[in-house]
Amino acid sequence: MAEARAALLSRLVRGAASRASAFGFSHGVHPPEHKELTAHLPIRRMPYPDEVVLPLRQHAGKPATLVATPGQHVERGDLLAAADGWVSSPVHASASGWIADVDWWPHPDGSMCRAVRIRVERYSAQIARPRLVPDWHGLTHEQVLRAVQDAGVVGLGGAAFPTHVKLQPPSDARIDTLVINGAECEPYLTTDHRTMAEYPERVHFGVRIMMHALGVRRAVIGVERNKPDAIDALERTRPADLDVTVLPLTVKYPQGAEKMLLKAVLDREVPSGTLPASVGAIVQNVASVATLAEVFETGLPLIERIVTVTGGGVARPANLIIPVGTKTADVIAYCGGLTDDAAEVLNGGPMMGTALRNLDAPVLKGTTGIVALTRDEVRDMAQSPCIHCGRCLDACPMFLNPSLLGDLARAGRHDEMAEAHLADCMLCGSCSYVCPSNIPLAQLFGASKAALRRQAAAKAGAA
Amino acid sequence: MTTTASPARGTPPRAPSLVVAASPHLKGRESVATIMWNVVAALVPLVAASAWLFGVSALLVVLASVIGATATEHFVGRRGTLADGSAAITGILLGLTLPAGIPLWAAALGGAFAIGVGKLLFGGLGYNIFNPALLGRAFLMAAFPVALTTWPKAGTGGFWALRGDNFAFPFAAAGHTDAVTAATPLGLFKFEHQLTGASSLFFGDVGGSLGETSALLILLCGGYLALRRFLDWRIPLSVLGTVALLQGALHLADAAKYASPAFALLSGGLMLGAVFMATDMVTAPVTKLGRWVFGATIGVTVVVIRTWGGLPEGVMYSILLANALVPYINTVTQPRVFGARRAKRAPSETNGVVAR
Repeated sequence: MAEARAALLSRLVRGAASRASAFGFSHGVHPPEHKELTAHLPIRRMPYPDEVVLPLRQHAGKPATLVATPGQHVERGDLLAAADGWVSSPVHASASGWIADVDWWPHPDGSMCRAVRIRVERYSAQIARPRLVPDWHGLTHEQVLRAVQDAGVVGLGGAAFPTHVKLQPPSDARIDTLVINGAECEPYLTTDHRTMAEYPERVHFGVRIMMHALGVRRAVIGVERNKPDAIDALERTRPADLDVTVLPLTVKYPQGAEKMLLKAVLDREVPSGTLPASVGAIVQNVASVATLAEVFETGLPLIERIVTVTGGGVARPANLIIPVGTKTADVIAYCGGLTDDAAEVLNGGPMMGTALRNLDAPVLKGTTGIVALTRDEVRDMAQSPCIHCGRCLDACPMFLNPSLLGDLARAGRHDEMAEAHLADCMLCGSCSYVCPSNIPLAQLFGASKAALRRQAAAKAGAA
Repeated sequence: MTTTASPARGTPPRAPSLVVAASPHLKGRESVATIMWNVVAALVPLVAASAWLFGVSALLVVLASVIGATATEHFVGRRGTLADGSAAITGILLGLTLPAGIPLWAAALGGAFAIGVGKLLFGGLGYNIFNPALLGRAFLMAAFPVALTTWPKAGTGGFWALRGDNFAFPFAAAGHTDAVTAATPLGLFKFEHQLTGASSLFFGDVGGSLGETSALLILLCGGYLALRRFLDWRIPLSVLGTVALLQGALHLADAAKYASPAFALLSGGLMLGAVFMATDMVTAPVTKLGRWVFGATIGVTVVVIRTWGGLPEGVMYSILLANALVPYINTVTQPRVFGARRAKRAPSETNGVVAR
């Protein structure tokens, strides 16, 4: 009761505050944050595991093509698989050792994927081969992009879209602002938070290179207000010669979605069916920016990343630098193992992450966190009928009608769903989160999108 | 390049007892049952007030209609749906629209009709078109017009004195009772042109059905639900606002002939209907704009029926009529999708998937 009253009061206060501040978007939800588990913990490095497994598909786009051979010895940072075309990204060895084999291995998304398994060299200093550090000053736009692709940099916010592709906006778009996503609106996760608080210079250096590559004059870093130390750190280290603004945002999910962030930061509404470039902006995740800076500082490709290991189901939550390809089970073991009431282990945050059916699935470039939920937190499967309360309409950041879409999805009327703007749904799960009838709306929409894709593919094949 | 499969390693042991579900993996705390039982809790003060005004008869009538409703839900509907609390709400709401002196069997029959025909025939919770409690009342009104319009006067007699022939046998002629009856304020105004004072309307010291007598209490209980977001304040506001506006205009035109807006707002079932019946989520529109339209439709119809219709009261029929319009209201008030130019029902060309 006291909790309900407090929630009520904070809702009223927040309502008044959000009207006063322009830096937010409409609708969305407020799941419990649970960031206190790891928000104060400094980033530490996890020791190298006995073996790492690097899937050839770690990014959106075409999987990489294998160039390494089994039995070969590789140093940290050596190329294992090369990018297959423009919308693709290479994969590098994240530890030195011997390639044991290349075989099917469980992927965090639930499928199996070809992966390079490296038996990590014990007693190795894990020092990468000396390499040339590219000097970004002298590089042209194309050369920067090539360097970014060669380093295998992808979006570290979860979707893992190749960064160099996002730095190449359509030729007819006029980009005036680079927007950096430091919202980190997913509950539990603190990787971006710790990155901004501990490595603010690196973030600003990455911003500088991206602004150079894009030729834009202005950058805005949007950070949710629940990370005051990150905002302070970024403000303190803000370079005097660049037009970079650090903008505190309201705390709300999904603030970090590209379209929501652009609405919050620039008050620009990306037209339905187009990319952010159509409103003159490019959005990059803050962890990707920091990684880009590392590439141009050390010459090393993307072979390790910061991961939040957290949740009530993990014995010792932590923010860790983890070599890409480390098995989830090894990470959890290093953090003291699962507790007795752990029930669900997620790759990514609890709103959009995927549940792991096999803890041998490795940490990928796009793994923002490993979250172990307890039995109490796991969704109940029991559903009741839709009572048309309209909460999903109030939650949907895209102003769709999930209630209607849910009815259509369950009736299999996918064409009508397409007319009702299913394509604008980004599967953020806000509707499922608020639904008092516990209808798995986001899941239905994901399945419907897949059905429509299959339909379109079949039609294309027949034609 | 090697692809030789080593099955022993290709399928590592699955970790036992891990839940694998689709995202989102978190869920808000409020369920259908949370909403419904909170509405029940908000109705309890109204029942208590009606017991204070009408004595034990009030409790008996509400109890009878709740039993009729929940028994039907339990024995006719799918099992296990009683726990969601929606049948209890229907029973209580129906009971609150009845006069205290109605025979209990009739109240129970009304509850059974409300759930059986008003809800289960449509497919149960979430699928009914009309507000079940009001449908139950409409049925009773048609079947037992005299019992439904014999209004005991509030605040007369002791707590244990029955306000009518509550224990009459089914279909027997109504027995003789000593209860003091009184016309409702709306009936008085319509047929005898007497006005009732605003303060007695506000506090409920007038003739009428159980729940329609204290506007103050209804507003308080509804306010609680609105704050917890278990009902949308837009609906009662637009119903009451529309009635006030229209009645105000009429009253300005001819104060002798048309009652004041305050009288219109506080009398009859308007308050109960606007706050507790029109806001039934299942039978109201889902869109915000739709809820404004829905409320205004009810308000207009109420004033029209009360002013020019043959009945003193029109809230029940107004809400049922508006319920019937909900699918259409929903269709024409879809929100403007983020990034779309305007809400339209035509196929969009942007997604490249639809071919129709």
